[in-house]
Amino acid sequence: MNALLDADRRVSRAWDALAAVEDPEIPALSIVDLGLIRGVKPRSDGTLEVEITPTYVGCPATEVIRRSAERALGSAGIGGFIVTSVLSPAWSSDWITPEGRRKLEIYGIVPPERSTESMRDVLRMNRPVSCPRCRSADTETLSEFGSTPCKALHRCRACLEPFECFKCI
Amino acid sequence: MSDLFRYVLRLGDLSLVLGQRLGEWVGHAPALEEDLGLANVALDLVGQARLLLAYAGEVEGRGRSEDDIAYLREHREYLNATLAEQPNGDFGQTIVRQVLIDAFQLELYERMTVSKDERLAAIAAKSVKETRYHLRYSAGWLVRLGDGTEESHARAQSALEKLWPYTVELFAEDELDRSMAEQGVAPRLSEVHAAWSTRIDGILTEATLQRPADRPHSWHGKRGQHSEHLGYLLAEMQYLQRTYPGARW
Repeated sequence: MNALLDADRRVSRAWDALAAVEDPEIPALSIVDLGLIRGVKPRSDGTLEVEITPTYVGCPATEVIRRSAERALGSAGIGGFIVTSVLSPAWSSDWITPEGRRKLEIYGIVPPERSTESMRDVLRMNRPVSCPRCRSADTETLSEFGSTPCKALHRCRACLEPFECFKCI
Repeated sequence: MSDLFRYVLRLGDLSLVLGQRLGEWVGHAPALEEDLGLANVALDLVGQARLLLAYAGEVEGRGRSEDDIAYLREHREYLNATLAEQPNGDFGQTIVRQVLIDAFQLELYERMTVSKDERLAAIAAKSVKETRYHLRYSAGWLVRLGDGTEESHARAQSALEKLWPYTVELFAEDELDRSMAEQGVAPRLSEVHAAWSTRIDGILTEATLQRPADRPHSWHGKRGQHSEHLGYLLAEMQYLQRTYPGARW
């Protein structure tokens, strides 16, 4: 097997394997949809380095994600690999792919708007959010923090259903 | 002990101790939404503490992990400012403590994103995004309490009087703060103080609360001299590791 010629194929297989790893908290999305994989590149010794970044520093899913990624890569037939964690640049909700945003919507979670870069941005984010089920704009915030660090909890006053909204960071 | 090690402990311990305090509200908050809110903020703070204490362990170079540092240090080795360990009191007191520290971390981290220490810059850039949401939450509540009923206003004002003296320690620059600022690792505390002060004034005005006067302080948690409250907090937090050394999930 010619390692040089094979590198591209190994990288693309690794991406395919990672694209099949569900996020443990939002199983409708893969970890690639969420923009958690920052890079897959071969090192000089042939090992494939896969860089993962956490969404929130305290997110309990981070370690599960890492283990699931390692398991998926292990059975993808890509040879030696190493999963590393990168902090910088910090994950942004802008990194959720268009496909990921579409899946969020179908799942009933309002996708994030533009990311926030300052306290001023965060204060401006108190915007009306339309209900993902009935589209009514008559909604209210129930809790700024939802079932996971990345979401806030809202309620629709028209259809009375609660729904979650992805925070913009 | 190197300066950097001690400085990183100050940052990490502040987050860890405050996170542990907020965790005490789980199952006891006035409403489910606040239970969720406080627990989420606690989770972020413990997450920040993990990054910082893991880094402290590397800087120290004696092979201590973040868990060793969190669970196996005595209270005198904790270097958080004394404000963080103050008891939760009522919901108003918890919120006042939170606003004061959230605004401090916000102004500190915003400036630390350009630290010459790349690791601290990365941790600050990551943390500040979350801290903005913490402050929006805590300040939002302080405004509702301060500008709420007579009872909520009185309680918020009294909590502010009680906790304000501890804020002086946050900004009292000692030789360690000075050395970190001179090396470009940390911002000058006077700069952080000025920005914090403006921000806090804005929040207090909206909350119709009176800003108490600064008084000379005698708290030195940043040097390991704590109030009587930290020992109890650590006794609970460290119980499992002390009783069953090396226990793992």
